[in-house]
Amino acid sequence: MSETYLATRPAPPRRWGRLAGGKTFPVAAVVFVLIVVWYLGAIGLNSGRVIDGYDADDDMRNKWTTSDLIADTLSMNRPVLPAPHQVLVELDKSVLETAPTSNRSLLYHAWITLSAAMVGFAMGTVLGIVLAVGIVHVRTLERALMPWVIASQTIPILAIAPMIIVVLGAIGFVGLVPKAIISAYLCFFPVTIGMVKGLTSPELLQLDLIRTYSATPSQVFWKLRWPASMPFLFPSLKIAVALAVVGAIVGELPTGASAGLGARLLAGSYYGQTVQIWSALVLASLVAGLSVAAVGWAERLTLRRMGGRT
Amino acid sequence: MGRDYILIAALLAGIVAPFLSVGNAESWPTAAMALWIVALAAAAILLLPLSASWAAPLAIGGAAVGAVALYLLLDAGARGLAAPGLWLAMIALAFLVWRAMERSAALGARTKSRFLDLAAPILLGIWIVYLWQAIIVGFDVPHVLLPPPTEIAGAIFSSTGTLVADFVQTFIRSMIPGYAIGCGAGFLVGVLVDRIPFFQRGLLPLGNLASALPIVAVAPIMVMWFGFDWQSKAAVVVIMTFFPMLVNTIAGLAALGRFELDLMRTYAASYGQTLRMARLPAAMPFIFNALKVNSTLALIGAIVAEFFGTPIVGMGFRISAEVGRMNIAMVWATIVVAAVTGSAAYGAISLVERSLTFWHPSLRKVA
Amino acid sequence: MAKIELLGDRDPGLRGETVVSAGRPVVEVAGLNLVFQTADAPVTALADVNLTVNRGDFISLIGPSGCGKTTLLRVIADLERATGGAIKVNGVSPEEARLKRAYGYVFQASALYPWRTVIRNVTLPLEIMGLAKAERLERARRVIELVDLSGFERKFPWQLSGGMQQRVSIARALSFDPELLLMDEPFGALDEIIRDRLNEQLHQLWERTGKTVIFVTHSIPEAVFLSTRIVVMSPRPGRIVDIVESRLPRERNFEIRETAEFAEIAHRLRVGLRGGHVDE
Repeated sequence: MSETYLATRPAPPRRWGRLAGGKTFPVAAVVFVLIVVWYLGAIGLNSGRVIDGYDADDDMRNKWTTSDLIADTLSMNRPVLPAPHQVLVELDKSVLETAPTSNRSLLYHAWITLSAAMVGFAMGTVLGIVLAVGIVHVRTLERALMPWVIASQTIPILAIAPMIIVVLGAIGFVGLVPKAIISAYLCFFPVTIGMVKGLTSPELLQLDLIRTYSATPSQVFWKLRWPASMPFLFPSLKIAVALAVVGAIVGELPTGASAGLGARLLAGSYYGQTVQIWSALVLASLVAGLSVAAVGWAERLTLRRMGGRT
Repeated sequence: MGRDYILIAALLAGIVAPFLSVGNAESWPTAAMALWIVALAAAAILLLPLSASWAAPLAIGGAAVGAVALYLLLDAGARGLAAPGLWLAMIALAFLVWRAMERSAALGARTKSRFLDLAAPILLGIWIVYLWQAIIVGFDVPHVLLPPPTEIAGAIFSSTGTLVADFVQTFIRSMIPGYAIGCGAGFLVGVLVDRIPFFQRGLLPLGNLASALPIVAVAPIMVMWFGFDWQSKAAVVVIMTFFPMLVNTIAGLAALGRFELDLMRTYAASYGQTLRMARLPAAMPFIFNALKVNSTLALIGAIVAEFFGTPIVGMGFRISAEVGRMNIAMVWATIVVAAVTGSAAYGAISLVERSLTFWHPSLRKVA
Repeated sequence: MAKIELLGDRDPGLRGETVVSAGRPVVEVAGLNLVFQTADAPVTALADVNLTVNRGDFISLIGPSGCGKTTLLRVIADLERATGGAIKVNGVSPEEARLKRAYGYVFQASALYPWRTVIRNVTLPLEIMGLAKAERLERARRVIELVDLSGFERKFPWQLSGGMQQRVSIARALSFDPELLLMDEPFGALDEIIRDRLNEQLHQLWERTGKTVIFVTHSIPEAVFLSTRIVVMSPRPGRIVDIVESRLPRERNFEIRETAEFAEIAHRLRVGLRGGHVDE
């Protein structure tokens, strides 16, 4: 009966209509609007200080024009809101024009953060999967542990990041490990929930069938439950990897770490270097976005091999 | 029913333990030994085939008595690896607690009592706290590393005033306004954008992307714009809660089934009628999902934002300040307050969800 | 037996001025075409369909999957737009008929809103049409009685069996008393025993209320039992291959399935469905 519910839109005209009907053009349009709003916001928010500057300057007072205002608000040294091109210039300076090994390169800092995030992501994923397997197979664990897994998320781990850093530092763990632990703590929850859903997703029918083949519990797991959980694992991994990046960044904030994107954010905020803050922010977003995209790519690969529809 | 190997292991370990050294305690105090024998007797009776309504209280009672016994032993001075008797007994107790959790879970399943369903996780929680205390005391773990629960409780009771003031600043003045504005704005934009599929297709991927970004990193910028007080923290919460709500509203409004939508069309219902009577109720599960996720995000956002400068009150401020002073017990006290607040908020939302989306298959028992 | 009243006689002005007098065509379809644009290639769902439905008819549309019977029903209901040909419902375009609430539609699934009780599901169209609460409840109770579900008003849909849910769906379609009922395989998801009972109930309902019904089905016995006229369709492209006038009496019961005339009509349908010649 599916044909009867085919799309009832009349066939869109070629090219232009298809473009508008798809996803790329609307996204691009919204991004364009956002950038315009950003520019307008920069002009608006910075104008206060610029006008104060004009008033203080005998040459400029009452003689400035709108184009002066626009030009000056968009090129301030320490703006309230930097303009997009300022951020791009700063990014270009600290990413492309600085050697990646120097500690003034944002790429270097991004790598510090990313490595901690990836280690944490790996640990959290393994922990999440192990917990999920336990919860699915041992009834007592499910009843006793699940509520705590859910409750664990109400403990604002990001908030206690400073304590974890300090405490682990006291017993000799510095640098990557404490950040990875924070990331892992953030990661394991979505992975656990997703895997529990996935491992319990096979229908009763399929479970009964495989039992008629006298399958051992381990065969039931590897041949049925594990493959069935893949479509549930990957969305959780996407959430987890984004959280891992957040965890690594926040792990760098409290104790004034000297390396990493979070450290750059902190340094920028201490010294009032707004453009620096924003470029670190943009790069952090890029790191998070690329990580999620990487997991998405792994997902498409896996699901295609499993014959799923992408 | 096979042999209960876990109980047998518990009994074996429990019987051997008193014969091992207990370090500085020299020997088991009489009270401790008496209680321990009672606990072992309970474990032995559990080997008999009993119905769950007898087995559960028996196991819980036996475990409780055993726990008191071992605590008395700890009190008497048993410490560290010089007291293997204590730790072997602890292992026996662990097995007994496992059985207690299992029996109560079985009883909860049998009687379908909501209260008994909570027995197993509560037991696990109590056991973890007990073990935590026992290990800290038993191995002389430095309290700055990990304070024992008793010290944390002490900090809570002695600094209640401070904790309450922090709670008011972070939760009431920063988080609640931010949560309300963020969720409200996300919902409104989602509904408005529903009319314009073009913007919807553009906003949805961006909203998903934004949900993945480390939004909490905008906190220093918010401080720059809104100052040190609660407004900047609320602003961070607004941004953090906006996108999950937007994405879920859009997804929820698309959730109504094909037939149900066609039905409204056959009634010549207006856009507003269809939205109000059909699409919004169908979107409720998604919206509540966002509300629950946002409650956690909002609390985290409010607290972390306070790391970036705050008047001298607030949970985030308290944590970073007390960490600097190495007063870790106070840090944990604040965490406990935060965790309880977060759980209470989540629970409250779940209650409202249960009453408004009672019809959703995930929430109803098969009639 | 529930007391049946012809609601339509009581207030003809509920839906507007268009009231169809006996014998006048309710649905007129001439040369109807519908071509869908899909990702691969255009699909002709309906090709040159001609059909006239008169007041009081019970028309079944029968055919294999993809023959366009549901599509035809949806075009009548203004849920799809034709790409060619002419169609009139109650003398006006399908869109106007829809805006005047000229028909009730019953889907394959009950499409009841799970957050509303049975009675509030039945009053849904009445709420949309702006009736007062007291009148809504009165009408709803009457149609619920009509489908033999009195006592279940405060239940939720998921507390009812599949057959009962479909009966609520039918009650809902009747609540605003439309002249025309469009039903798309309403009993398809139910087992045969329930299905037989519901067929009987539907037949009695039709007989007593005098509504016009267009009914889509896969099932030959169902079509023969219920209809005054059966339209056989075939796919690729969707078109009408045969229209069978039923010689069975208007009032029927279960035993009629065993008669020779029943078998004859069923046989003719079977032949038509297989695409062979029709014996005269």
